[in-house]
Amino acid sequence: MADALTAAYALRLGDDALILSHRLSEWVGHGPELEEDIALANTALDLLGQARLLLACAGEREGRGRDEDALAYGRDVLDFSNLLLVEQPNGDFAQTMMRQFLFDAYAVALWPRLSASRDEVLAGIAGKAAKEAAYHVEQSAAWVVRMGDGTEESHDRAQAGLDLLWPYAGEIFEADEVEAALAEKGIAVAPSALREHWQARVGPVLEEAGLAPPEGAGVRTGGRQGRHSEHLGHLLAEFQFMQRAYPGARW
Amino acid sequence: MSDSDRSGGNERDWPLFEVFIRARTGLHHRHCGSLHAADPEMALARARDVYTRRGEGTSIWVVASDRIFASDPADKDMLFEPAMSKVYRHPSFYDLPDDVENM
Amino acid sequence: MYTQGLNQAVEEGGPEDAELLARFQAKIDREEKIEPNDWMPEAYRQTLIRQISQHAHSEIVGMLPEGNWLTRAPSLRRKAILLAKVQDEGGHGLYLYAAAETLGISRAEMVERLLEGRARYSSIFNYPTITWADIGAVGWLVDGAAIMNQIPLCRCSYGPYARAMIRICKEESFHQRQGYEAISRLAEGTAAQKRMAQDALDRWWWPSLMMFGPSDAESPHTARSMRWKIKRFTNDELRQKFVDATVPQARLIGLEPPDPELRYDEESGHWRFGEIDWSEFNEVLAGNGPCNRERMAARRKAHAEGAWVREAATAHARKQRRRTAMAAAAE
Repeated sequence: MADALTAAYALRLGDDALILSHRLSEWVGHGPELEEDIALANTALDLLGQARLLLACAGEREGRGRDEDALAYGRDVLDFSNLLLVEQPNGDFAQTMMRQFLFDAYAVALWPRLSASRDEVLAGIAGKAAKEAAYHVEQSAAWVVRMGDGTEESHDRAQAGLDLLWPYAGEIFEADEVEAALAEKGIAVAPSALREHWQARVGPVLEEAGLAPPEGAGVRTGGRQGRHSEHLGHLLAEFQFMQRAYPGARW
Repeated sequence: MSDSDRSGGNERDWPLFEVFIRARTGLHHRHCGSLHAADPEMALARARDVYTRRGEGTSIWVVASDRIFASDPADKDMLFEPAMSKVYRHPSFYDLPDDVENM
Repeated sequence: MYTQGLNQAVEEGGPEDAELLARFQAKIDREEKIEPNDWMPEAYRQTLIRQISQHAHSEIVGMLPEGNWLTRAPSLRRKAILLAKVQDEGGHGLYLYAAAETLGISRAEMVERLLEGRARYSSIFNYPTITWADIGAVGWLVDGAAIMNQIPLCRCSYGPYARAMIRICKEESFHQRQGYEAISRLAEGTAAQKRMAQDALDRWWWPSLMMFGPSDAESPHTARSMRWKIKRFTNDELRQKFVDATVPQARLIGLEPPDPELRYDEESGHWRFGEIDWSEFNEVLAGNGPCNRERMAARRKAHAEGAWVREAATAHARKQRRRTAMAAAAE
């Protein structure tokens, strides 16, 4: 039982990294400046590395012989448990960077705490991810400030990105039985414990950027339970195409 | 350029920065290339992203390219030729007995 | 990646100081590097600007055909490899733009020339990547051809270009290997995978041979570029080297280059190959390749949509400097 729970937990963290990495990979070759293009690819690669470790871990704990690829390419929308936030489309660079910042602020709160997990594999992955997230959040925060403070156009675009994505941030802190049970055992980090850290990171950056969260925007959740937005199906149709078209082939 | 908001010689690119990387502790920082960035913080981060993707560094310096004062190649003879004749600065100049030890 | 810019050298300009010219040539003959602020003939400078910027453009445009498969890579391992590889191309473009900038041209100017259609990039990137096998073929053949060209450029007479090429060659050493590994996997796979692999070789073989540029007889500037040590081998020499290396690699994994005239010449130890259809090359060069318009449209779109981002960062940096200055003045 503990293994099924850990599998589910590793899977949701892996799905977050996998889907966000995929979104960032859509930028490569199309970035606003060469240096930024290379930086986006670095973040995408970090996240992909995290996803592979987490999916492999999930597959092992699940004990049904599924490896990273079976999990990444063999599930449909209902079985993906990533946050709705990470599957949202790239939009413009402001939307991409705002999504990244809201996620990075969560990641940088999560990973150092999870690196103290009593599950050694998760703790190891978290320790590696913590260093990557620490850099990511500095970079995405710097862009949020640049855009908020830069020109009228960049400010408006950044605010529009924040308005669009803010409702998806609430899901980060939504606890369910998987996390509650594992948190009790010292294996997972309870999402509710992250809210304060997340706010302490996000608040000052938005303030420096001159951006304000939308009032009364509500909260959109469901990703952890497989209730996704329309965007994920299209993402998977593209991402999984080869494995669907050539089942069982080796690449 | 002194009162300019830009460096790197044009108004349309982000300013140019030179990147210096220390490969390992114990070594000098060494020039490895350049890049464009809007400010020094960004230059440092992008230097990390562009020039240390394969673990090439443990420390990075960036410096705005227009802040480098360089010698003029036309002065090469004046600056560097005079040193060429001072052979006595080199250990091989000295004629010692073949069997002298510890020297 | 590589550009076939080697053959479009700039015409000699007006009369230049014969003594300076002689000293310049003597320096090159002694295998000494020319550095940014050294005196150089205007034609040397312009030839290098053109060649290096074309090479840089090729890296950047070259991100597109492979980037086409970033979101559809068939395994997470392949996705990571491809991401790292396409990112490398971006890095190589960056190193090369920086090398060209030392000759007194800005990156903005070079990019503008590309987007306005005044600068070229390697025609090979105007071919489509239709199936996953094309990713293998591009790495194996296109990067393989590129390496043949790029290794001699590490000894190019112009210092910044040579140094950029050393870094690029070092980083690219995995590019060809990953491509060959990917296509090998297909060649040993299912019938559908095998078909994909052979089809990719059929489509990429001749364009890869064309990457080395026109034959020596049609390449009027080769002699001068060789005298200046911008170029170390002729197009035909490099092309032959590529064919000699690649044919056995294809056969080893059960693939066959699409050339009925291909045969091994015992006497010379070289693979003899059929006539290259230069009319196709010229068509693609003239802008009529399968993807010329798509590639340029993608670059223009990225550049246009990035404008506000670049301006925002500039504006913020300016404001920050002003704030710092005001804070200092207030103290």
